[in-house]
Amino acid sequence: MKRDIILSGVGGQGILSIATIIGDAATRAGLNLRQAEVHGMSQRGGEVESGLRLSDSEIYSDLVPVGSADIILSMEPMEALRYLPFLHKDGYVITSSSPFRNIEPYPEEKVMEVLGSMDNVVTVDLGKITKENSMPKSANMVLLGAAAGYLGILSAEQLMESIRNVFAPKGDGIVDMNLKAFGKGQEYGRRQ
Amino acid sequence: MTRIRLLLGDEAIAEGALQAGIKGVYAYPGTPSTEITEYIQRSAAAAENGVHCTWSTNEKTAMEAALGMSYAGCRSMVCMKHVGMNVAADAFVNSAMTGVNGGLVVVAADDPSMHSSQNEQDSRFYGKFAMIPVLEPSSQQEAYEMTGYAFELSEREKLPVLMRITTRLAHSRAAVDTGAGKYETIRKPAADDPSSWVLLPANAKRKNAGLTSRQPHLQELSGEAPFFRTILSEHGDRGIITCGTGFNYVMENNAPEAGFHVMKISQYPVPADRIRDFAGRCREILVVEDGQPFIEEQVRGIAGWNYVLKGRLTGDLPRTGELNPDNVAAAMGMKRVPAFNVPECIVPRPPALCAGCGHRDVYIALNKVLAGYPDARVFADIGCYTLGALPPFCAIDSCVDMGASITMAKGAADAGLWPAVAVIGDSTFTHSGMTGLLDAVNDGSDITVVISDNLTTAMTGGQDSSGTGKFEAICMALGVSPDHVRVVVPAPKNMDEITETIREEIEYRGVSVIIPRRECMQTLARKKRIADNGEEKR
Ligand SMILES: Cc1ncc(C[n+]2csc(CCOP(=O)(O)OP(=O)(O)O)c2C)c(N)n1
Repeated sequence: MKRDIILSGVGGQGILSIATIIGDAATRAGLNLRQAEVHGMSQRGGEVESGLRLSDSEIYSDLVPVGSADIILSMEPMEALRYLPFLHKDGYVITSSSPFRNIEPYPEEKVMEVLGSMDNVVTVDLGKITKENSMPKSANMVLLGAAAGYLGILSAEQLMESIRNVFAPKGDGIVDMNLKAFGKGQEYGRRQ
Repeated sequence: MTRIRLLLGDEAIAEGALQAGIKGVYAYPGTPSTEITEYIQRSAAAAENGVHCTWSTNEKTAMEAALGMSYAGCRSMVCMKHVGMNVAADAFVNSAMTGVNGGLVVVAADDPSMHSSQNEQDSRFYGKFAMIPVLEPSSQQEAYEMTGYAFELSEREKLPVLMRITTRLAHSRAAVDTGAGKYETIRKPAADDPSSWVLLPANAKRKNAGLTSRQPHLQELSGEAPFFRTILSEHGDRGIITCGTGFNYVMENNAPEAGFHVMKISQYPVPADRIRDFAGRCREILVVEDGQPFIEEQVRGIAGWNYVLKGRLTGDLPRTGELNPDNVAAAMGMKRVPAFNVPECIVPRPPALCAGCGHRDVYIALNKVLAGYPDARVFADIGCYTLGALPPFCAIDSCVDMGASITMAKGAADAGLWPAVAVIGDSTFTHSGMTGLLDAVNDGSDITVVISDNLTTAMTGGQDSSGTGKFEAICMALGVSPDHVRVVVPAPKNMDEITETIREEIEYRGVSVIIPRRECMQTLARKKRIADNGEEKR
């Protein structure tokens, strides 16, 4: 079994933390993993992307090939669409529906139109969910929770174990907040 | 014993070096090499063994300090991004002439596709130029293992060894088995052989002859190295010669099943005999290498002009830019068609200066003042402040290489251009700006230098900056008149004072330096996070 995932968003939205959690869970589960990160220039409010490849057999390429991603997981709706050529024809787009506006004009209507026209799309109103539950810093874990049911290769329990593991050095408060965020995301993901 | 950890390629190299018993890493930050040194700075074992790991002022000082450490009998490593090799080149090339005592490994991180660089140069040429062994890992595991091997090779051959990596390997994470891991510093007696280390012509001639005569031996090693591999296909007789990350894409596309014999080169100089044999076995050869056509050109020479050779020079692979599983598949004759295209409405989202960044205020002020001087030119430099080239500022006219702001402004001023303004960051100024400022002072050049001091090396993630707290003293010691070394705080409320200062110093006919100083927003936020909950950045 193999899963190719594209993580995307805007620099500073926390996609690398999502990658760290999935990576930790995959390694504990004895899976092979390749994760291509972006460091440098593009982190300053620019577009960021990280490819994650999980498999129970050998993985060679750090990069996800065109047309092979099972999931595009995005913290930002336009950034989800930027990587569409990598999506498998039966793959899923799981994305925040809250635009990050640091460009003018932001093509919001068209972006929502394209997302609406695709079959396998799950949109998560991260802006609203994090506000209602006052967890502004855990939007990324809400998104991961929403995606948990679609990953297939890792269970929600395995991901939660890794949230505990990865955030442990930052204290129990941070661990609990992120677990709560993950749970909110799960609820939301199940409803769609 | 196995010990599995998820490591970046950079971190795998750092771990390999620590286990090889280095006494020091010398480096100047540069994407994608920075994380090697940062790993060692965080390492408890390194701290325990007193491994040197503070940042050097530039790549040349790093290279020379590492050579000194090698001379004294310890293992040392130097890390830099590819363009750092240009700065370190004098020391690097001549270290091949002196040779080494303790093992010395230089890691050069190339950036194909220029994700965060100003060019796409391929560091393997430097290895060939200096006539020393070059290693090139394909995976994170190999990067770890190869680093230990590199130190042994360096000591055995008494030569510095260059390890060449690319962004993709440096910044990708994979599980690495780092074994039980002993961290013991290795120490040999100091060198005591002036005839090797004093490169007067008489000695240099002998060393040069010796180095040159060892090239066939080094080639042979490249074909034997533990990392050299040939995989024969049972399904065809075409061939692929590949190296580094290229090997991964070739294997991702199941080359042996698709009828390609595969030769993976992991060490240079290229093993000519092995290549000749391989070419004899294959009907044609595709060369798959990240970077410039370094192997391809040499295989052309080995296989002959009428041999069917494909690669970047023939257009089978793109002439520039990073390899990926898709362009390699295309070169292997496989086509992948995406199910979805990028929708037309998608627009680029370029990086920008952070909200509240002091560089912003510097450019707002400069633009205000220079609006009154239509002939003015702003020679900028490399760092976060290069983003001043983009809207809304569009404030700079050049950015070439570290330090070039001051020297280009000087040359332009010598030619009569006025006002000639240089904008340079604090770390870039100590890296390569100070010597140029001395030239300007000695000639009394009419330039205005802005050292935009955010107290850190921000572009590469906030490393310590060598000159922090010393800039006024440095400028005055180089001979800039104390009246024309002006410090301001770049903040909106000070805009009148800043613009007035800039105007006065442009009107001053000589060398003046303005130092706008305010801490970087990112390092400020990080300090606050650490104070709040003891959290370190990730
Ligand atoms: C020779 C060379 N070495 C390293 C780099 C990588 N690099 C680019 S900008 C930069 C730091 C600049 O720091 P500073 O001048 O203080 O400006 P800041 O980013 O803090 O604004 C570095 C290390 C480079 N481009 N060239």
